[in-house]
Amino acid sequence: MQIKRESLLQGAILGSPICRRFLLILGVSTVIASLCNLLFPPESFFHVSTFSITLMGKYLCYALLALSVDVIWGYCGILSLGHGAFFSLGGYAMGMYLMRQIGERGVYGHPTLPDFMVFLDWDALPWYWMGMDNFGFAMLMALVVPGILAFVFGWLAFRSRVTGVYLSIITQALTYALMLAFFRNEMGFGGNNGMTDFKDILGFDLQSDTTRVVLFATTAFMLGLAYICSHYIMSSRFGKLIVCVRDAETRTRFMGYKTERFKVWLFVYSALLAAIAGALFVPQVGIINPGEFHPLNSIEVVVWVAVGGRGTLYGAIIGAILVNFAKTRFTAIMPEGWLFGLGALFVVVTVFFPEGIAGYMKKIRAKFKKKSDVDDNQNSTDNKLKLAQERT
Amino acid sequence: MNNLDKVRGTMRRDKVWPFLMPKQRKVDISHDIILYIEGLTVAFDGFKALNDLNLYIKQGELRCLIGANGAGKTTLMDVITGKTRCDSGSAYFGQNINLLEESEPDIVNLGIGRKFQKPTVFESHTVYDNLALSLKDNKSVWYSLTAKISAEQQDRIDSVLDTVSLTKERFMLAGALSHGQKQWLEIGMLLASQPRLLLIDEPVAGMTADETERTAELLQELAGEHTVIVVEHDMEFVRSIARTVTVLHQGSVLAEGSMHDIQNNPDVIEVYLGDEA
Repeated sequence: MQIKRESLLQGAILGSPICRRFLLILGVSTVIASLCNLLFPPESFFHVSTFSITLMGKYLCYALLALSVDVIWGYCGILSLGHGAFFSLGGYAMGMYLMRQIGERGVYGHPTLPDFMVFLDWDALPWYWMGMDNFGFAMLMALVVPGILAFVFGWLAFRSRVTGVYLSIITQALTYALMLAFFRNEMGFGGNNGMTDFKDILGFDLQSDTTRVVLFATTAFMLGLAYICSHYIMSSRFGKLIVCVRDAETRTRFMGYKTERFKVWLFVYSALLAAIAGALFVPQVGIINPGEFHPLNSIEVVVWVAVGGRGTLYGAIIGAILVNFAKTRFTAIMPEGWLFGLGALFVVVTVFFPEGIAGYMKKIRAKFKKKSDVDDNQNSTDNKLKLAQERT
Repeated sequence: MNNLDKVRGTMRRDKVWPFLMPKQRKVDISHDIILYIEGLTVAFDGFKALNDLNLYIKQGELRCLIGANGAGKTTLMDVITGKTRCDSGSAYFGQNINLLEESEPDIVNLGIGRKFQKPTVFESHTVYDNLALSLKDNKSVWYSLTAKISAEQQDRIDSVLDTVSLTKERFMLAGALSHGQKQWLEIGMLLASQPRLLLIDEPVAGMTADETERTAELLQELAGEHTVIVVEHDMEFVRSIARTVTVLHQGSVLAEGSMHDIQNNPDVIEVYLGDEA
């Protein structure tokens, strides 16, 4: 049997139909939504309000966060209940940059110090605020700080072979500890209130429609890019080994792979995705406070991924968007009922769709295929031929 | 004073610092012995799983380890592969590599492959991927991101598939294989990694008579080029492949020799074969 292209080699990423379809949907809906906002007047039927644009941007940030959790949980089986920490750190870095951009327009009108520092009677910027007025440097920090934290944490945890529930608990403790720290005024990150009242980003007014649309489009672009990267990683040998680690870590070690290194780098990658999501989130919602570190937020992300279907990448994105859309709707209709709704959703999904929406869709598709096979024998042989060609 | 001397020794100008010295990674088997196990003792909460065990394995040998449950066969394999740390004794791979200092993945990359008692293949990967991942190759993280199968490795996989007769199942998920086929696949994964020394734990458990026979043939083929250590309970199987048999009892070697000698050894008859009769 002559095999030219092996399953391990994996052809061009865009060759995968699901990937192509996903990117197409994401791209088209982003462009349509953006144009509808910019081109049509507010009275028009086709107009998409800036509020909706921002809301969608927020969903996409959550989708990116869900993607990062899926990468680590769905593929590697590491249930992180602390990804909100990386998300928030990314958000704080962006917040610091936006804070510095306010300049003299703050309530106290101090040229360099943010309002809360003036309020606390500080007379100079702490050292870790230095350089944060430079966008490039701030974005670098938005990646470097969560990245280093993930590396150190992952290295310590994975090297001591902490797995399963214990690891989940430690990740939760990590984000909780950070929450407590960021709540303190002395930390210099605005304490309880966090940072808000942002004015502009890179000189563009944060309140203007165009800026909002650009932020939304950037988020969509980053999500697409992250999806492509993750897809590439997961279909490379690295990704296959990650699945091996999930299924039988000891065995993988006995194949000569240093599994902890694979886990650490995947964890860092995942943390970086979460940090990017956080950095994009802050200018769109206009606030970052220590509440984002709360373990509950991180656990909610896990629910999104479970609802969407783990281990599929696009499932996490679908889950995040759907659940958050439901949340927006639900909290408008019945604010106090949302948590019950979320709980019920989680129960229903785990009982009836253990593999989430993505798994359910796959099942339906498989059923449909089988039916058409029976209907049309010729078709089925064609399919088989196609399958064989795909393999070779 | 002693410490000072040590520091002086380390700082000698004519020598490289010991921790900077490149580790010699090539196995030296100039004395034709590939594995030296000396005085190995492992205790679990006071129970000595291995008790002053000595064992020498010749290059290219096919050695069977037998012994009742709890005789220390699996513990011995655990120590050799770095899974269990031992309390005292030494284990050398060839003349020069101290196995007790190496981590599990390093030991594998040195050329010691192991098949576990319970077949563990990666069920969510295809048979082909299972083999491709076990190939002897650069196993670093960064390499694995862009790794591709070379033509040579392709041939290697094809020949392994042929040897374990799974060519037809190559694109099946490993989880869909029968128990016997999983055992074979795992042996195939070992072969793909081209080890010098194979440790095989109960290869024929759960196999049909036919499959057992073919496993015996396969193991005999492997010996010579590779060194093979087989742990097995099935005496019939041991009889069919054994050249040299080592009997373990309570963590140390009770007897060693050809199957014939072993069967007539009064000690062995008493503690092991005696049970059977």
